[in-house]
Amino acid sequence: MKMDIQNFIGKFAEQFETTNASEIKATTEFKKLGEWSSLIALSVIAMIDEEYDVTLKGNDIRNANTIEDLFNVVKSKK
Amino acid sequence: MAFLDFKNVRIAGFSAGVPKRVVSNEGDVVRSSNYDAAQFVELTGVRERRYSETLTTSDLCYYAAERLVSDLHWDKQEIDALIFVSQSADYVLPATSCILQDRLGLSKECYCDDSALGCSGWVYGLSHVASLVSAGTIRKALLCCGDAKLRFALDSNYKADPLFGHAGTVTAMEYSEDAERIMCHYGTDGSGFDAVIIPDGGARCPASSESWKIENIDGVPLQRLQTRMNGMDVFSFGISTAPKSVKKLAEHFNFDYLDYDYFLFHQANMKMNAVIEKKLKLDHEKVPYSMPRFGNTSSASIPLTIVTELKGKVENAPTKFIACGFGVGLSWGTVAFKTDKLVVSELVEVSDDEVDKIHVV
Repeated sequence: MKMDIQNFIGKFAEQFETTNASEIKATTEFKKLGEWSSLIALSVIAMIDEEYDVTLKGNDIRNANTIEDLFNVVKSKK
Repeated sequence: MAFLDFKNVRIAGFSAGVPKRVVSNEGDVVRSSNYDAAQFVELTGVRERRYSETLTTSDLCYYAAERLVSDLHWDKQEIDALIFVSQSADYVLPATSCILQDRLGLSKECYCDDSALGCSGWVYGLSHVASLVSAGTIRKALLCCGDAKLRFALDSNYKADPLFGHAGTVTAMEYSEDAERIMCHYGTDGSGFDAVIIPDGGARCPASSESWKIENIDGVPLQRLQTRMNGMDVFSFGISTAPKSVKKLAEHFNFDYLDYDYFLFHQANMKMNAVIEKKLKLDHEKVPYSMPRFGNTSSASIPLTIVTELKGKVENAPTKFIACGFGVGLSWGTVAFKTDKLVVSELVEVSDDEVDKIHVV
């Protein structure tokens, strides 16, 4: 999988049900989204594991604020 | 390298006991304010589970053992060992295996021991028993695994974790020179000791009045005597470690794991198990799940899945299984075994009043 942030944002947005995809951008502080929960966090870890072959730890999610932060963590672990 | 290879040990049968009471995961069962019951069920796959406020793990194991010994037509006097694996033992001391020896009426010439592992408990327990039996002097043995009622009385507002169900299982093993080998791989990473933990009640942090105070842990109100779980770390541990352990076992013993008939994974949560199944490229038909109806049942999950999902499918022909347990510790293991003329007892449903009334002080 090519490391492309637009693609990453698209895959990230797919983990949400009620949040409008247009609300999800590189600069979005994802933990502040109303729908964010510990369950969605697991879906995000699973998606990144499948799409990018990178297994994030809890602290990777905790320490990231924006989607771009998270994208950079994944990129650094590739 | 923690690989083990047992000979002369036959897995003869499986049974499982669960409380009669079914709790459905709907309404206000979820403890977190961040998601609701429907979202919880969608991700974890746990629609309902068995729950009792009175029955202990040993009560459930007792009825499962009576049923299996009867179905196997075993003479209790030939049962020379009993291992009890649980994180919800009847007493801080003595060991619950000693109580089960007496309650089941086993011989006093019986080797009994407890182990405190959780989700990896059955695969570890299997090697305890196999190493005893393979020596040739222990003729028959029972491995009792499960978790149920907690060891601490919590306040009336206590809400049980909707992920976990109660179950007590029994695996019967015996010495047999015709038995197929049992191949095992084990691993441990204690740096993750707090990924799943009950902080208080042990010698490190003894139970005190502070233990009942409610702390907010990632949006969930929890006392220090309740299990707390770092869900994200456990999730990433499970999806990376379980597939690797299966692959390592197959590589070490030089077999193709895809040739096996059934893959039994610890029933952690559906999302995690789906990732593991996909990473190993398994045929979904070969991967049974007891989780939707029974929840995550800790060390009972693998034998419970055989009883509830495979009864009627595995008794009449030789069957090859791979079983992988992983979780609290962090601890994990994978075993490959074959059964022939396996006995699988009907699920035993235990009423709330069928508690041990003898071993009570």
